[in-house]
Amino acid sequence: MTMKAAIIQLPGLNRDRDMITALTKISGHAPHLVWQTETALPDVDLIVIPGGFSYGDYLRCGAIGARMPVMRAVAEKAAQGVMVMGVCNGFQILLEAGLLPGALMRNASLKFVCREVKLSVENANTAFTRSYQPGQIIRCPVAHHDGNYFADDATLERIEGEGQVVFRYTEDTNPNGSMNDIAGIVSESGNVLGLMPHPENLIEAAHGGDDGRALFESVLGKAA
Amino acid sequence: MLKARVTVTLKNGVLDPQGKAIEGALGGLGFEGVDHVRQGKVFDLQLETNDRTAAETQLKAMCEKLLANTVIEDYSIEIA
Repeated sequence: MTMKAAIIQLPGLNRDRDMITALTKISGHAPHLVWQTETALPDVDLIVIPGGFSYGDYLRCGAIGARMPVMRAVAEKAAQGVMVMGVCNGFQILLEAGLLPGALMRNASLKFVCREVKLSVENANTAFTRSYQPGQIIRCPVAHHDGNYFADDATLERIEGEGQVVFRYTEDTNPNGSMNDIAGIVSESGNVLGLMPHPENLIEAAHGGDDGRALFESVLGKAA
Repeated sequence: MLKARVTVTLKNGVLDPQGKAIEGALGGLGFEGVDHVRQGKVFDLQLETNDRTAAETQLKAMCEKLLANTVIEDYSIEIA
């Protein structure tokens, strides 16, 4: 079976090129590119919102992008069970669109962080992580100013209890002050993933490692 | 025509690192006894209506849908 993917494009997103490359290299097929004003999406198995600075991070990171017409189509597809993945600004957009719980706030250090972190795979039983081992520790780059995950106590308790926390910063590498060291979460239904780190930037030896590759292999049905 | 001001502030219990940094800077300038500095946002809007009730309903919807992220923020509306 060939998995088909689409990448959402908004003005100010700048990590789409890396995401296109990762999806193309790992699936063998170039993803559809879908501009923000589209009101319908092609028939795909995976929708990706890449990173960057949509609308210059005006108002709140991801706030304006999340209200563009294409996001209503993304929400409909998510409700139908299509897999949706948001990385970095894509994660911020999914939260602002209400497709994931919580919010991402300014880093506790107030500084933009661009470095490598260690992540533990907290839930390897998702469509996005099944090619990892439970508890596996992987390397991954981060590059963001607003990655400080916040949720109210009830929400935090719920997502922790339901196994919705998929990636956690580990080995003292939390770069932003996120509650419970949360780096990535899935929706209650499990088909929407948001994460701050950039797995698309660690998929081959030329990147200095390929720890991000298993995420794409999981979600694209290319498990090694 | 009505003029309105929407103020968006962080909810109690939500950490505000920017407010903390501002508080520190105020202390550094010699302003003593300043606590709990919280940074927020102000939006000034002009509405093409004279119906204050309708304006308030519309402004509330704007806050809920865009101006505030109600996961972390509260808002208040003033109509001049």
